[in-house]
Amino acid sequence: MPAEASLPKLVDEIVERHRYEDYALVGILQDLQKELRWLPREVLRQVADRLDVPLSRVYAIATFYKAFSLKPRGKHLMLSCQGTACHVRGGARILENVERQLGVKTGETTRDGQFTVEKVRCVGCCSLAPVVMINADTHGRLTSDKLMKIIKKYE
Amino acid sequence: MKIRTMNDLYAARQAGIASLYPAKTKFTVSTATCGLATGARPVLDAVKEEARALGADLIVSQAGCIGFCEVEPVVLVYCAPGLTLVYKEMNAEKARELVREIMKGNAKSEWALCKILVNGTTDGKPAGPSRETARWLELASGIPAIEDVGFYRKQMKIALRNCGFIDPNNIEEYIARGGYTTLHKVLSQMPPERVIGEIKESGLRGRGGAGFPTGMKWEFCRKAPGDEKFIICNADEGDPGAYMDRSILEGDPHSVLEGMIMGAFAIGASQGIIYVRNEYPLAIENLTTAIRTAEARGLLGRDILGSGFSFAIKLSRGAGAFVCGEETSLMASVEGRTGEPRQRPPFPAQKGLWSKPTNINNVETWANVPEILARGGKWYAGIGSEKSKGTKVFSVVGKVKNTGLVEVPMGISLREIVFDIGGGILDGRKFKAVQTGGPSGGCIPERLLDVPVDYEKLTETGAIMGSGGMIVMDDRTCMVDVARYFLDFLKEESCGKCVPCREGIHRMLELLENICQGKGAEGDIELLEDIGAAVKDFSLCALGGTSPNPVLTTIKYFRNEYEAHIKDHKCPAGVCRALISYSISKEKCTGCGACVKVCPAEAISGEKKKPHALSPAKCIKCGACEETCKFGAVLVT
Repeated sequence: MPAEASLPKLVDEIVERHRYEDYALVGILQDLQKELRWLPREVLRQVADRLDVPLSRVYAIATFYKAFSLKPRGKHLMLSCQGTACHVRGGARILENVERQLGVKTGETTRDGQFTVEKVRCVGCCSLAPVVMINADTHGRLTSDKLMKIIKKYE
Repeated sequence: MKIRTMNDLYAARQAGIASLYPAKTKFTVSTATCGLATGARPVLDAVKEEARALGADLIVSQAGCIGFCEVEPVVLVYCAPGLTLVYKEMNAEKARELVREIMKGNAKSEWALCKILVNGTTDGKPAGPSRETARWLELASGIPAIEDVGFYRKQMKIALRNCGFIDPNNIEEYIARGGYTTLHKVLSQMPPERVIGEIKESGLRGRGGAGFPTGMKWEFCRKAPGDEKFIICNADEGDPGAYMDRSILEGDPHSVLEGMIMGAFAIGASQGIIYVRNEYPLAIENLTTAIRTAEARGLLGRDILGSGFSFAIKLSRGAGAFVCGEETSLMASVEGRTGEPRQRPPFPAQKGLWSKPTNINNVETWANVPEILARGGKWYAGIGSEKSKGTKVFSVVGKVKNTGLVEVPMGISLREIVFDIGGGILDGRKFKAVQTGGPSGGCIPERLLDVPVDYEKLTETGAIMGSGGMIVMDDRTCMVDVARYFLDFLKEESCGKCVPCREGIHRMLELLENICQGKGAEGDIELLEDIGAAVKDFSLCALGGTSPNPVLTTIKYFRNEYEAHIKDHKCPAGVCRALISYSISKEKCTGCGACVKVCPAEAISGEKKKPHALSPAKCIKCGACEETCKFGAVLVT
């Protein structure tokens, strides 16, 4: 995450890349979140200001779409897939076990800031259910045991 | 260099043939998401390293998924003209050995899945078979041909024709397999009406779920008044359990681009948008590359193939909202608004994106288009059943042995898909149901397994064709829990705009949660049916309108399971925690202690090598012991 001072600059750059078009709002927030991992309040304000749209509209987008987070996320984002194939093959059990082992609930971040655990509706890797995605990597055919070993590699 | 003439295309095709069917041995590693998730990256590295270490003169390439995800990571070895050997379940160590053995002239038959022999010397096909091919065929005599492998025998690949066989980032390999050649024919020789005529004749229907005839949709949009029109590719594959669109985008993105260009030409659109889910990073990457390459080669942008026709494609990324798969929500999202649906009519063909006439088809539909125009609508209409033509891709997943993507002619029975292709149920358990159509679909029981796969026939069962997810369920899947699962999904995904969907789903979910916790009451089933009927009739969009399907079909076919939960406070499948208890079989327990290690509640104890005991008071019913036990000694009652 860039230093405090460079935040406004980053927002300006990204908004400019999208040519100040308000229809690009979803894309702008995605690009910002890619850099920051979450969307701080002042960033949303600045986006609204630069696009000349009400803050309520930016907030509506940021809360309607599940990919956006208004809370800081950890260094690694773990998305536990809860698609149908994962569900029938024990995906919920995997998620519970992760919560227990890392000491967090879904949507929370570990105290050391390493992991944020979230659930996701199908990552499209159903043949290898149950599956989790850590950052951009997909891990399949999981058991609780196997997942804990994978987590260790990220720590 | 831009491709403008047939000669330019021919040159690109020659380059593609040289890369697809080289004179040297070629190793191709399947590096789609399913491959990468099972370790394709280390396999790829190992192949490269070993080749370097041996000083072996071989080519290493990458491709998408060949569909049989269960046996990933997969490596294809092109060892002689026309002959490819397919190896399954590779790892880095095996990959190194495979390189050594192949270079020594050993087919390593015991690791092979199948062999693929392509005959012929015509354009686009490898030269051969040669003496070298005959020698390798002899070496590979113990390896079954792909047609003889149960998983592939009944398949017919049209939409997936290139997946797993070409490098998705190499446009020339796509051209070598006939790609963009039909586009040249379309742009130079076919009037738009004839293009639409061919699609109409083919009988192609939307593969995203609703099954609307594609040719008719195109015609509506073409005839709609307006100078500016849009084409959209719906790649927001949201149905849990379906992933064919991901595989096509990752493995063969140009087939989608080519289909879209053809559709744009037929309709008269100059701008296209691909709305792709954010959860598919590799698909986004490969699509981006494909668009850039197609632009650089003059296949997208101004004056495509020197025809005077111009068309551009932009990517628009979804942000994790299931409802955006619905076309009016999707367009709202592209316009930078919250993805809420609106009433139809007006249909997108009249008033779509930015209020302009718009045509939306999904990935699989677009991928079929080039092949239909190459071989003719009549050819396509000759495949499939009376009202459902052609093939459909299904993702066969869940409690089935051979998980993967299968493309089959319409009209094939569910039984053939689950048992002949899917290989039957995992761990020798009993089949209970197959769930099709995602949260809009339903659960089809064993007695209806001979129903042919066809839009109308599947709808008659109460389920739908949907986008092609086929989740197989066994006797350890609780149907009440499945219904609860889908409503829980939909409760979070309902956009909240209309009351029947927002409130109806909530109420049905409450009832189902109660039933799963053993707190169901007499009359709950009837109440679910009543609410379901109302939600079905009065919701604004398809998300709400189809949301009761999982509940209604499970009640229809598995009413006894609901009754067992409500009246006997039992979950026959052993899933609903409030209604089950765990114990350890004295006969089966070997005292290995594996369960003790994984139990988070310290509920299991016992001496080593002697049967263990489980304390019901401490047990939190997480199921970790059952998952771990290799002897089936953990009992659920």
